[in-house]
Amino acid sequence: MPKHILSVLVENHPGVLSRVAGLFSRRGFNIDSLAVGVTENPDISRMTIVVDGDDHIVEQVSKQLNKLIDVIRVKRLDPAETVSRELALIKVNATAATRSEIIQIVEIFRDKIVDVSKNTLTIEACGDADKLKALENMLQQFGIKEIVRTGFISIERGSKHIKAKNNNED
Amino acid sequence: MRLTGAQAMVKILEIENVSHIFGYPGAAICPFYDALADSQIKHILTRHEQGAAHAANGYARATGKTGVCVATSGPGATNLITGIATAYMDSIPIVAITGQVPTNQIGKDVFQEADITGATAPFCKHNYLVKDVKELPRIMKEAFHIASTGRPGPVVIDVPVDVQNAQLDFLYPETIDIRGYKPTYKGHPLQIRKIADAIKESKAPVICAGGGVISSNAGEELTELIEKCRIPVVTTLMGIGAVPAKHELNLGMLGSHGNYVANYAIHNADLVIIMGARVGDRAMAAANKIAKKAKIIHIDIDPAEIGKNIDVVIPVVGDVKMILQDLLQLVEKGDVEEWNRVIGDKLAEFRKKQHSDVFSKDNAEDNGKDNADNAASSRTDRENAVKPSYFLKMLSDMMDGETIVTTEVGQNQIWAANYLSINKPGKFITSGGMGTMGYGLPAAVGAKVGRPENKVIVISGDGSFQMTMQELGTIKQNKLGVKIVIFNNSRLGMVRELQKKKYCNRYFQTFLDNPDFVKLADAYGIKGERISGNLEVEGAIKRMLHDDEPYLLECVVDPEEPTL
Repeated sequence: MPKHILSVLVENHPGVLSRVAGLFSRRGFNIDSLAVGVTENPDISRMTIVVDGDDHIVEQVSKQLNKLIDVIRVKRLDPAETVSRELALIKVNATAATRSEIIQIVEIFRDKIVDVSKNTLTIEACGDADKLKALENMLQQFGIKEIVRTGFISIERGSKHIKAKNNNED
Repeated sequence: MRLTGAQAMVKILEIENVSHIFGYPGAAICPFYDALADSQIKHILTRHEQGAAHAANGYARATGKTGVCVATSGPGATNLITGIATAYMDSIPIVAITGQVPTNQIGKDVFQEADITGATAPFCKHNYLVKDVKELPRIMKEAFHIASTGRPGPVVIDVPVDVQNAQLDFLYPETIDIRGYKPTYKGHPLQIRKIADAIKESKAPVICAGGGVISSNAGEELTELIEKCRIPVVTTLMGIGAVPAKHELNLGMLGSHGNYVANYAIHNADLVIIMGARVGDRAMAAANKIAKKAKIIHIDIDPAEIGKNIDVVIPVVGDVKMILQDLLQLVEKGDVEEWNRVIGDKLAEFRKKQHSDVFSKDNAEDNGKDNADNAASSRTDRENAVKPSYFLKMLSDMMDGETIVTTEVGQNQIWAANYLSINKPGKFITSGGMGTMGYGLPAAVGAKVGRPENKVIVISGDGSFQMTMQELGTIKQNKLGVKIVIFNNSRLGMVRELQKKKYCNRYFQTFLDNPDFVKLADAYGIKGERISGNLEVEGAIKRMLHDDEPYLLECVVDPEEPTL
């Protein structure tokens, strides 16, 4: 099923995240990822939600989100007009024999090694879905011990931006 | 003005014009009750918190005002939940105030602690946990605003006991600005134009009116529209009363428990205009089959309802009343003579048949006229049972137009929906979406408190009556002239009917060994009588309605009496 990106401005109150997450589970919508953080206005948080589903489902998700009093604005972002990034921390097995190969791969991907031990390397990787998938594939052979990801955050290209003024979906 | 949180809460209720509240005290809400003792606001003490929530619901539906209910923390609050969910499904404005354990003890599982904001989030319009007494005036102002505007619904305010005791400089905000909540009322002119065009072009239009028509008080406008354009109207369970039942264009209730003509119209129309209805499965099970045949127009104040259950060609977001007012300026009648004739004939035939089914065979002495066609009615031993359809038709004739009827849930509800003649909005109060057994009696309490000058009758079954029958105590204590009709078949009739039809007559756990309801009423000091034959019906209804005292009328009903 296609993935859709929703950018949601919400009141920066306690309990808002559980309202949004609860809405998804009780209406039977699937969240692929959800990332939340405060915006340039400290009263407002912004959630980037990646939703799995067809157009009908995504329209319902948007409308139901808009019904929550704490939701200020919901906007569906066009992937072609959007920059999306995810941060991942990847811990891989690394021996004296494989360490330099891993470092080379990480350099090719322009990512960073942030921790090293006798038998592991931890990589900080940032990028879109394709890049992170490619890196993960390359690291698989060494044995990935764990991956932690932030979920995608997205912003529109160009001068467009999402204002808090009205609560209607664009 | 220096006030405690509790005093401020009472003051705010007064400012919001609340004259009656329904509730049940407990430790965590005691400061509020202490402040309430000094107020003119009348508190109705129910016998269970669920009763308080349903009473607030019945009050709201009978008066058009926001209902208020109050409970303590923990079990008091959780007992409200069924009532809150019922109000949410039917879009009824109530504000539920709950006590909570002290702020510094929240999360420690102390005595009578329950996370009621967490628990009610899925089925309230919004809720608040008040952590700072300074927030209280804004929150309560917002709560009343949110409950009663847009698509109405329940709002919960959870107030920890220390917040009720804390002091504040009281100032009630005059304005409100919730940036995430701006309901749309005015319909888009372009969309309204499209409705008018569609009506003009249609040869077989039908309107489906739901509870939204009643909550936006658009009954008159709707009646004007159907008369002007000769459009037949069907109603959902929640829409009963939107247009007078006796109106020649009102086909009655549609859906799985509705009637044949209403369903025929909706399945054979070329244009279906849905107003303030959410296309629930009991009303339109095969919504998209209807949409294949007809052009669908959907008018609703909640944009999320449009396109949720049916594909819509012309969506219009806004208040039904305002949209109808605008539409009436432009709309012209289409070429609907043939459709009117077809529907008119079917309706006349249906009404005639219903009348003869109800009256001619049963009112008469048993003269052996039975044949295969009326096998269903022949099963009813007319010497030993009241036929509900007959009772309800008689009641319709004998009650005045201002009478408010509430129902329980089950067979009694379906009989009432199909056989009572409700001719005004807000006079039929029933749990539609949630189907909450035990709703009717406390809802009648609320309706009677809100409309003491009207007769209030609750139609119930023996099963659902027993879910909240402790409210007889509330009726007695407050001298509420609620008239209680119990159709007693000693069965959970609706479930039994299902077991009969879908589970090969395997009746299981649907038999009830009931108490003597008349003696039960007597124990509460409420007059009552039992009847068990159609010949007794008229006299019994007369006795029940002649004064404004509470009354319990038990009608013995044959367990085989079906709804369908």
